[in-house]
Amino acid sequence: MNIIETENLSFVYGLGTPFEKKANDKLNIKIEEGEFVGIIGHTGSGKSTLVQMLNGLIKPTSGTVRLNGEDIWASPQDIRKVRFKVGLVFQYPEYQLFEETVEKDIAFGPGNMGLSEAEIKDRVRSAARFAGLKDELLQKSPFDLSGGEKRRAAIAGVIAMDPDVLILDEPTAGLDPAGRDVLLAQIRQYHKERKNTVLLVSHSMEDIARTADRILVMNKGRAAMFDDTKAVFSRGEELEKMGLRVPQVTKIMSRLQNMGYNLPSGILTVEQAANELQALFDKNNF
Amino acid sequence: MLKDVTLGQFLPGDSPVHRLDPRAKILLLIAVIVFIFITGNYASLALVAVFVFAVILSTKISLKMYLKSMKMILFIVLFTGLINLFYGRGEPIFELGFIKITEAGINNAIFVSIRIALLILASSVLTFTTSPTDLTDAIERLLKPLTVFHIKVHEVAMMMTIALRFVPTLLEETDKIMSAQKARGADMDSGNLIKRVKALIPVLIPLFVSAFRRAIDLATAMECRCYRGGNGRTRMKTLHYGKIDLCASIICLLLLTGVILCNIFLPATVR
Ligand SMILES: Nc1ncnc2c1ncn2[C@@H]1O[C@H](COP(=O)(O)OP(=O)(O)O)[C@@H](O)[C@H]1O
Ligand SMILES: [Mg+2]
Repeated sequence: MNIIETENLSFVYGLGTPFEKKANDKLNIKIEEGEFVGIIGHTGSGKSTLVQMLNGLIKPTSGTVRLNGEDIWASPQDIRKVRFKVGLVFQYPEYQLFEETVEKDIAFGPGNMGLSEAEIKDRVRSAARFAGLKDELLQKSPFDLSGGEKRRAAIAGVIAMDPDVLILDEPTAGLDPAGRDVLLAQIRQYHKERKNTVLLVSHSMEDIARTADRILVMNKGRAAMFDDTKAVFSRGEELEKMGLRVPQVTKIMSRLQNMGYNLPSGILTVEQAANELQALFDKNNF
Repeated sequence: MLKDVTLGQFLPGDSPVHRLDPRAKILLLIAVIVFIFITGNYASLALVAVFVFAVILSTKISLKMYLKSMKMILFIVLFTGLINLFYGRGEPIFELGFIKITEAGINNAIFVSIRIALLILASSVLTFTTSPTDLTDAIERLLKPLTVFHIKVHEVAMMMTIALRFVPTLLEETDKIMSAQKARGADMDSGNLIKRVKALIPVLIPLFVSAFRRAIDLATAMECRCYRGGNGRTRMKTLHYGKIDLCASIICLLLLTGVILCNIFLPATVR
C-alpha cells in the first residue's frame, strides 16, 4: 500500500510575476508505508518545495498528492488533519520555538490536535526521549538551550504529534559532525521502533547513505532517480554531474575495484569499507 | 502569501528610466506630482496622463505589476471620488433628498480619482525602477543641506537603508515561521478575533527573537568593519548627473509648458 503518491505534481513560485520560478515539475512518486526514503539534491533543486506540498502547506500549482489513496486537497477545510498525519520538521526548526518552557513548546502540536492533558504529557515525554532531550531540560526556557538542544526540542515538537509520516528537511544543517551523527542515529532509532514512514531530506550523500532504503534524487525540479540506495550510488558519475558529492569512501572503493581488486560495488560507509578491506587482506595473507 | 505586496518593490531592469540618476528621478517625480495637481482642465490632465503612461511603457515592466499596486489603494481612489461627487457648487443636475449632484461635482470626482491614480502610478515608477539603496543614497544627497541644522542626515539615511533592506527578509521569515507553526497544526485562518490574535503569538515571538538577533549581528558586523557614522565616509558608487538625466529634465520641462499652455488657453473645468 502506498502511503504517499503524487501525480504530475508541479509547483511554480510567483505565478504571473516577473519572478516566476518552476520549483517542481511533474513529479510522480510513490512511497510505501514504513519506508525510509532519502531525498537528495543540490540546493535549489526543489526538495523543500516538494515536502511542503506533501503535508499540504502549499497547494500544488497542478497535479495531486494522495495520502492513503485520498487527494489531500479534496476538502481544503480539513487540511489540518493532513498536517497532523504528515509531520514536517522545517530546515533550522529551532527558530520556531516560542513557549516559556521546552515542555510547553513540544506540547503545542498535540495541544492543537485537541488531545487530553494526560495524553499530551505522555507524548511530550516519549517525543523528548526519541529526540534525545534530557528530562531536566524540559522545564527550561527554549531560548536558554544550546543550538543542538534547540534543534532536538523542535524535532520533538513534531514527533509529539505522532505523525504517520515524518519528514525532516535538512535536519543536520549547521550541526557539528558529532551532533550530526548522533541526530541521524536517533532518527534511525525512531524509524526502527515506531515503524513509521520517514522522509529525510539532505544535500549530503553521507547523511543519507547509511540511513535510507530508497533514495529520490532531485535535479532542477524533476525526479532524476528514485531507486534503492545501492543502485543510486552505483551511478556516481551522473550524481556528480548534478553537483552531488558521492561519499569519498565510495569513490575510493570503486577505484580499487576498477584496478582489479575483488571488492563489492556500492560501498557507502567507512565501516563497510574497513570490513571489506580487512576480509581482502585476510584472504591474501597481508 | 505576504510576498504579493508590490508597493515599494524594486524590479531590476535595463530601461532608460532604470538608468536615470536616482536624485533626478526623485526630483522629477516631485515635479510630475506638482504638474498633476496644477492641471485645470481635461486637456492638461490628459497630457499628463499620456506622459505618465508613456513613462510606464518605457520601463518595460509588465502592466500587471502596476495594476497590482493600484489594487491596494483602489478603495481610497473610489472613496475620495465618491465624496467629491457631492461637493460641487452650481445647478444640481440630479437631486434626491439632501443629495445634490452638480456638473462641477462630477468633474471634481473624475479629476480627483484620476489625479490620485496618476500619483500612485508615477510613484510606482520610482520605486519599481530604483533599488532601495540607490533611493536612500539619493535622499541622503538631496537632504545634505539640512546638516547645517545639525540633522544627522547620514544616520537617518543609513537607518532607512537598513529598514528597507530588512523588509523582504522579515516578510520571508514571517512566512517561514507561519508555515512551521501551521505544520504543527496552528490554526491562523479561522475563529473569532481573540482567537486569531492569540494564534499570532507563536509567530510574533520567534519573529521578534530573530529580528533582535539579526540586529545584534548586523551591529557587530558593522563595528568589525569600523563603521563610525557619516563623517569622512567616501562612496564606492558615486552618483552622476548625466546626459540621460538632462534629456529627462528637458522632457519634463516641455510637459510643464504644455500643461501651462492648456491651462491658459482652454477653459478651466475645476476650481
Ligand atoms: N518562497 C519562494 N519564493 C520564490 N522562489 C522560491 C521560494 N522558495 C524557493 N524558491 C525557489 O524554488 C526553487 C526550489 O527551492 P527549494 O524547494 O527551496 O529547493 P531546495 O530545498 O532543494 O534547496 C529554488 O530555485 C528557489 O530559489
Ligand atoms: Mg531546502
